[in-house]
Amino acid sequence: MASESIALPQADTPARPITERLHDWVVTVDHKKLGLMYILYGLVFLVIGGIEATIMRIQLIVPHNNFVSPQTFNRMMTMHGTTMIFFVAMPILFGFGNYLVPLMIGARDMAFPRLNAWSFWLTAFGGLLLYFSFLGGTGLYGAGSAPDVGWWAYAPLTSRAFSKGHSTDFWTISLLVSGFGSIGTAVNFIATILSMRCPGMTLRRMPLCAWLNLVMAGLVLLAISPLTAAQVMLMLDRYLGAHFFDTQAGGSATIWMHFFWIFGHPEVYVLIIPCFAFVSEIIPVFSRKPIFGYPVMVGASVGIAFVSLSVWAHHMFTIGMNSYANSFFAITTMVVGIPTGIKIFNWIGTMWGGKIQFKAPMLFCIGFLFQFLIAGLTGIMLSAAPFNWQLSGSYFVVAHFHYVIVGGILFALFAAFYYWYPKATGRMYSEPLARLHFWLFLIGFHLTFDLMHVPGLLGMPRRIYTYEPGRGWEELNLLITVGVFFQIAGVLIFVANLWWSLRKGRLAGNDPWDAWTLEWSTSSPPPEYNFAKLPVVQSRRPLWDLKHPDDPDWKYE
Amino acid sequence: MYSLIFAESAIFTIFVVAYVYYTGKSLTGPYPKDVLELPIFASLCLLSSSATIHFAIPALHKGDTRVFGMWWFATLALGTIFLVNTGLEWHHLIYEKGLTISTNLFGTTYYSLVGLHAFHVTLGLMGLALGMIFTLLGKLQQAHAARAHVFALYWHFVDAVWVVVFTVVYIIGR
Amino acid sequence: MTILGRCLGASFVSGVFDASLCYGQSAHPVGIPNIFKPLSTPAEAIRGLSLFVLVITGVIFAAVVCLLVYSVIKFRRRSDDDGSEPPQVYGSNPLELAWTVIPVLIVLVLFLATARVIHAIQDAPKPPAALEVTVIGHQFWWEFRYPALGVVTANELHVPVSDPARPTPTFLTLLSADTDHSFWVPQLNGKTDLIPNRVNSTWIEPHQTGMFLGQCAQYCGTQHAKMLLRVYVDSREQFDRWVEQERKPAERNEAVSAGRRIFETTACINCHVISGTVANGLFGPDLTHLMSRETIGSGAAPNTHDNLRLWVHTPDAIKPGSLMPAMNLNDQDLDAIVAYLETLR
Repeated sequence: MASESIALPQADTPARPITERLHDWVVTVDHKKLGLMYILYGLVFLVIGGIEATIMRIQLIVPHNNFVSPQTFNRMMTMHGTTMIFFVAMPILFGFGNYLVPLMIGARDMAFPRLNAWSFWLTAFGGLLLYFSFLGGTGLYGAGSAPDVGWWAYAPLTSRAFSKGHSTDFWTISLLVSGFGSIGTAVNFIATILSMRCPGMTLRRMPLCAWLNLVMAGLVLLAISPLTAAQVMLMLDRYLGAHFFDTQAGGSATIWMHFFWIFGHPEVYVLIIPCFAFVSEIIPVFSRKPIFGYPVMVGASVGIAFVSLSVWAHHMFTIGMNSYANSFFAITTMVVGIPTGIKIFNWIGTMWGGKIQFKAPMLFCIGFLFQFLIAGLTGIMLSAAPFNWQLSGSYFVVAHFHYVIVGGILFALFAAFYYWYPKATGRMYSEPLARLHFWLFLIGFHLTFDLMHVPGLLGMPRRIYTYEPGRGWEELNLLITVGVFFQIAGVLIFVANLWWSLRKGRLAGNDPWDAWTLEWSTSSPPPEYNFAKLPVVQSRRPLWDLKHPDDPDWKYE
Repeated sequence: MYSLIFAESAIFTIFVVAYVYYTGKSLTGPYPKDVLELPIFASLCLLSSSATIHFAIPALHKGDTRVFGMWWFATLALGTIFLVNTGLEWHHLIYEKGLTISTNLFGTTYYSLVGLHAFHVTLGLMGLALGMIFTLLGKLQQAHAARAHVFALYWHFVDAVWVVVFTVVYIIGR
Repeated sequence: MTILGRCLGASFVSGVFDASLCYGQSAHPVGIPNIFKPLSTPAEAIRGLSLFVLVITGVIFAAVVCLLVYSVIKFRRRSDDDGSEPPQVYGSNPLELAWTVIPVLIVLVLFLATARVIHAIQDAPKPPAALEVTVIGHQFWWEFRYPALGVVTANELHVPVSDPARPTPTFLTLLSADTDHSFWVPQLNGKTDLIPNRVNSTWIEPHQTGMFLGQCAQYCGTQHAKMLLRVYVDSREQFDRWVEQERKPAERNEAVSAGRRIFETTACINCHVISGTVANGLFGPDLTHLMSRETIGSGAAPNTHDNLRLWVHTPDAIKPGSLMPAMNLNDQDLDAIVAYLETLR
């Protein structure tokens, strides 16, 4: 089942002009190039979103600060959230999925390469449209700039009466457009995974990364659609005089909340599920054992996806639903913690009895485990509705979800970056720099987000551009802001490492980690056609079988 | 196509939910029972068009492009009748009954739900027209049967949505 | 930081500041709105549940972190490793069963405790002696109406303390005049939102007199941050005296008639009510007893002469983005109006 690349004769060709090489990238339909473009796009917006966060934190470093006006702060608040979710996390995760899934299932490309390119460019355009709002959001009344309605855009704050100018329209349309891109990508993932697996790779032998991307894609289809529908309704309200969310005409503000969170909650599972995928690939390799309980991991992931569709109103415990509705959403939210906990146990079970190597990907995975555990537990606290009535809308919630997104998703992403960097570029990153990145970022993350829970307990609401002194919030906010600078340092080192290693890194070879899934059988970087001969697999770890012919996996599965 | 249908169903579901939620909540008239008439003929046309396209596809699989072309044309014609009827109905509602999307909650939810469906019918008709042109030019062959089949799935979906919309708007909502 | 550590930390913090917690009626606010120092029945019920949840999650945290730390230390690759692969274990059904069943039981227990408190707070019956207040949220201030008592005020809510023998809780009906808001006074209860075209309700039952801080907790626009809230829990006598004063129409003091005339002939009357005058606008707060309040601009600044003058002259200087326009008065008119406002006790 060897999969060598076809050796091409080395012709002495001059380097192609830069315009030709750029053109290649612009018109490409190759899943690997598109994946890298998604990832680079997301990284650029990560920096931009980080700047927005830094501006907010500097404004909050002392009470009654004057670093930015309230209007600017509210725009930063809205843009930071919208950017990070839609133009950082989703693109980077789609990018990794795009790059890895065909390689892992032994396919040549995605099922619909042109749809893939179309989806990428739609998403990219959406982000640019959102940022154009800084220039173009003014509209006829001279009001408006970037959107400032919060990333949930609650009605009726988004109606023409309260949101003059076009800032809200930029929010709505840019997300509508990139939403279509997301649906296109999801359709592609499903078609590819269901119909393009190599011979021998039944669904039961597919790497967890592919399974989880399949689950994520299904969830995208179900989750993005309600947002699309709600945004169409919002545009109808704003421009055709419709009354979906027009409370003066008998419309309902809460129905926007329902529609938004029916999208919003599965959306965060869309974000975390691919991260589960990365962690499920990396921990086994660096513990030198197969993933513990593969069938249970698949079942738990599917279970999480299903249950996540029923929990949305835990974001709405304070809106005055009756006690039965509140109880229902409390228990569904608690229930979704069960398969999640099972996964954490399985990851620890993978490490147990292994021989753990603390390379950068593994360090970030261990950080992920610790932080995702805490995030899950603060989530359980928030699921107890009466406790939620105190904690919701406060900095406790902000701390909770940043713990998931930064402590969970971003740590898993850093792990994935370091793990697959050698495969995509052919070079090893600098391990000492990566460790420096890890420790700096860990310190900064915990300084900021551990402490951030406390102001919430002391009554500090979220989305405020300043606060009163004398409530016990000053010292905490100061330290929280200090932590941001450690994180910035970590990220700068990360970017520098990736950039420097591109030229100067040690050549990686096909399989620097001694791993077991199909992508490590190709060259680094893989040839455009991925596999010279279609691989045939007999177990979940085809390369293990090759390396250990006396003790192959298919004897035990 | 199944994945796309899955996503589109979710979008339609949200509009149906909004329609049902706002039933009876309009602050002023006109109200559904005052202005809505059952579009029986148009619905029969649309549903028959599902049958006609259902006959067209096997013909193309067999390579019988003439028979395929006849059934395909019938689908296109029936779909167009449905859309024209919707247009006439809206003309009547707007100019004679005074119901627009901004009149009240009923107007809002009615036009958006039926309009979303009509939009999807329009896209389908455009696809059908393209197919018709290529058939008449002789370019549509047996080799394209799989693609025609995928398109037919979309058209069946559009019809199925109409069954739901019809029931919710014209039967339950009145 | 462990969950337990955080909990202890919060208690430490609140304990440290407890000494300076000043419940004086007219003292400047020094209190820390700490959810773990409740002084009202529903907030106490929430604290009970919260501590229960914290203990359970704390135990789970400790258990899992121990497992994680142990595995990271015990199963790390040693420097003298021979490079062989460890035993390849694929899973264990008994373990999977165990760590499914135990969480299910934990969830069951947590849910039952939660449902009990949800019901106790949300479905609490209203005793006949309860005080009823209607709260209307505006961008960016609070309107309080006491329908049974004929009192209308703004931003600073007065309620009587509740005696356990004869409970007199305050039941609040929550409405909104524009966008979403949220009523949150951590020591008195969890928050409940004010949503336009929807009637919500909540209740508080304070056991101790004093002044409690809160603020709007649902983003409502530019000045969401300064939509602050104060609840004064008065003794029965204090409360009755306050009500009596609030029911009176505005004081009529001839010394400031110039200011009153200016007020009554400018746009002020289109937004504000001063009972007993022609001013009957409902867009802004009722000013009849402005000087009975300790802050202006819904808590944005203390109610002093200089602040009041600055506010009337340029609201944006104190609360940029608030919906009160600068009235562009000359200095003379401004001083006259402020002098008039200062007689509205």
